Amino acid sequence: MNLWLIPIFPLAGFLINGLAGRRIPKALINTVAIGSVLLSFLWVLKVLFSAGSLDTAIGEHYFTWIQSGPIHIGCDFAVDRLTAVMLLIVTGIGSLIHIYAIGYMDGEGGYYRFFSYMNLFMFFMLTLVLASNYLLMFVGWEGVGLCSYLLIGFYFTENFATTAGNKAFIVNRIGDFGFSLAMFLIFRQFGSLDFSQVFNGAAGMPKEAGYGILTTICLLLLVGACGKSAQLPLYVWLPDAMAGPTPVSALIHAATMVTAGVYMVVRSHALFLHAPIAMDWVAGIGLATAFFAATIGLTQFDIKKVFAYSTVSQLGYMFLGAGVGAFSAGIWHVMTHAFFKALLFLGAGAVIHGLHGEQDLRKMGGLYKHMKLTAITLLCASFAISGFPFTSGFFSKDAILSAAYGRAPWIYWVGVFTAGLTAFYVFRAWFMAFTGEYRGDKHPHESPLIMTGPLMVLAALALGGGFINIPRWLEPMFPETGGENPVLVWTSAGVGMVGILLAWVFYVKAPDLPGKFANALGGLYRLVLNKYEVDEVYDALIVRPLVDGSRTVLWRGMDASVIDGAVNGVGARAKGMGAVMRLAQSGYIRSYAAWVVLGSVLLLLAVGLGGAR
Amino acid sequence: MAPSYAVPLNWYLILSAILFCLGIAGFLYRRNIITVFMSIELMLNAVNLSFITFSYKWRAVDGNIFAFFVMVVAAAEAAVGLAIILTVFKNRRTLEIDEISSMKD
Amino acid sequence: MDIALFIIFAVIALLCGINLVVQTHPISSALSLIGVMGALAVLYLLLGAEFLAAAQMIVYAGAIMVLFIFVIMLLNAGAERVTKTRQLVKIAGVPLIAVFLGIVAFVIQAQLPRSQLVWFGGFSGGGPRDIGIPLFTRYLLPFEVTSVLILIAIIGAIVLGKKEMD
Repeated sequence: MNLWLIPIFPLAGFLINGLAGRRIPKALINTVAIGSVLLSFLWVLKVLFSAGSLDTAIGEHYFTWIQSGPIHIGCDFAVDRLTAVMLLIVTGIGSLIHIYAIGYMDGEGGYYRFFSYMNLFMFFMLTLVLASNYLLMFVGWEGVGLCSYLLIGFYFTENFATTAGNKAFIVNRIGDFGFSLAMFLIFRQFGSLDFSQVFNGAAGMPKEAGYGILTTICLLLLVGACGKSAQLPLYVWLPDAMAGPTPVSALIHAATMVTAGVYMVVRSHALFLHAPIAMDWVAGIGLATAFFAATIGLTQFDIKKVFAYSTVSQLGYMFLGAGVGAFSAGIWHVMTHAFFKALLFLGAGAVIHGLHGEQDLRKMGGLYKHMKLTAITLLCASFAISGFPFTSGFFSKDAILSAAYGRAPWIYWVGVFTAGLTAFYVFRAWFMAFTGEYRGDKHPHESPLIMTGPLMVLAALALGGGFINIPRWLEPMFPETGGENPVLVWTSAGVGMVGILLAWVFYVKAPDLPGKFANALGGLYRLVLNKYEVDEVYDALIVRPLVDGSRTVLWRGMDASVIDGAVNGVGARAKGMGAVMRLAQSGYIRSYAAWVVLGSVLLLLAVGLGGAR
Repeated sequence: MAPSYAVPLNWYLILSAILFCLGIAGFLYRRNIITVFMSIELMLNAVNLSFITFSYKWRAVDGNIFAFFVMVVAAAEAAVGLAIILTVFKNRRTLEIDEISSMKD
Repeated sequence: MDIALFIIFAVIALLCGINLVVQTHPISSALSLIGVMGALAVLYLLLGAEFLAAAQMIVYAGAIMVLFIFVIMLLNAGAERVTKTRQLVKIAGVPLIAVFLGIVAFVIQAQLPRSQLVWFGGFSGGGPRDIGIPLFTRYLLPFEVTSVLILIAIIGAIVLGKKEMD
């Protein structure tokens, strides 16, 4: 089946563009960049067509990576139904975004570098998805983190971009630490890191009631997933990651990388199903994040930040789905979210591109007449994310919420309220950008076809993609959790529409209403506007002490004083001893003679009393 | 077999040791180079006595021969040493051993 | 008889040795050294080393000491002034020598039985023939080497001496 070709095409693209990009013409860079991802996508299609029903996984073993005592880890790829979904999302959406990026990045410096990083990212993401053991997945995990850092800090001459890149990488690292610990425990418990072996081993274990070994493993995996998928408390890097170019935000921070955490949790469902406490934690964190981020999204004025918090919130929904046992619903939401969130970001990018870099919603308005295509596609995405009936988001979000209701009704109500908030903030953004009068001073224009083309494809998917019934496709892996209650479904849809209506009222009908509301709420509004000051709290509690402690204790105390002191001290000691020894060289012959006599006396002592015959 | 007026062997060796120590004392405490040199010769003589004593003890001639070689070497050494002393005297105009100390630093 | 000879000449040797160390003028020290050598020559005779006794007087006392006296006269060395001795030497000298002597004496007493005795005529292997034959057979190599050594010493002395005359 040659699964290895799937990630190799983008890797080849990275190498060609990275090494030779400076010298080859732009058309060639474009061809290589898009071509590699498209080839990957086509190969995925070929694999899936010739694989048949994929009831059992197709595995391929390439070489033994680590063989040391009891540790045996191979470089193995495997494709089952879950992998198939992820592969299609990554390569399909990836291709569209690459095509879009050619238009968006036109004229930017470091053009070839951008595309080589994007291709490298595709390579690592595909490795992550195709891996059939935890360590290989971790390779992809780390690799996408690296590419995220490289791409966030793409405009490396800007200070805030490099800081954001650092923040993303460091916060991810905390998650990776959890993931590593989980891998150690998995190996200790099951003797292998291979998925099939671990899951078979877990299936034989009883469901844990308390904080047993499986729960610990799952909680640590959850830490890793929180880091990568920007959940509480490790979400702080995602809003700052908007410093990168918009196609990066779309691909990495909306459609693919951030879903790696969800994918990992779903892939490990065999472990999680045996650790109910861990599942509750997953659901709890997901729900809290969804609500928390949605509230922040209500107040932001930067259009990309609104969508960033929206991503964090929607990821919370996916975790909620996984946490209540609706794994296929969670994956369904991954797919639909990829459609509409990528579309939202790409559309925002088109708006920003058309406004020559303006991102503040307060300086937009009335753009409908200037960018009709962009506006309409964004409208489709907004309907989808609000769960408007029969859009893709409607189906996936309701699957999650119904399963949540089955777990505990209050979860459902919080989720529904958050869905209302989601609808509100997304339409707030749409209304502020496209309706009313233009409040800025630039000359807006529509984007070229190469950018609007992918927008249209994604809009079609966002609207109609819900009819791809993922849970049915994934049924052999995740049994259905129960039928859907129509009341629940229509309630959440209703709440969504109420949210849209409210947004219309606030931002179209009576535009001064938001201002009055904000003044009335005063302090609370300011708190939410400043994203609950979470970054400042982290800074004060964690970052500052670490940096200061490092500087005073570790650098000055240990490094300069102790280590340098020891090393220099050895040299000084040698010099000192030499100075002392020098005194013996007095130049006086009789002193030397005295030393000789002393030496001979000692020798005699040794020989005579030592009994040498 | 030994006559009653015979001398114990140990006495010769102790005499040799005392002479050797006298030589060391002269070497350490005298300041004139030539006198130091003569102390060295005294030490060599003491050792010669020791050799010959042992030669008697083992009734072998090798001790004598060794003492003979010591004498030869002492002669050669005396010749060269005195030539050096002459040269140093020409340069430093002093025969005091403490003032010939330019190897100090 | 032997005891008397031994005691007389041992005492002479010791007194001359002490005189060598104590005297301030080098000439006196040189004459004392000649006295020591003479006494030792008699002791060698008592030990049966006839050849060595003769060689001692001829070579040592007759040639080397004469050389010493020539050099003393050439350099016009006077009596030593009395000045301080070096710290180390003053402090450690006497104890060291005493310890040295003590150890040697101890070893001698411990190792050699008292019954070994020396009398004149007890060893007859010290004559010229007895020395000569091993010297030219078993010890031929050292013999040749020492002759080279003497040659080198002569050359060295001439070179060093010659430099002065420039």
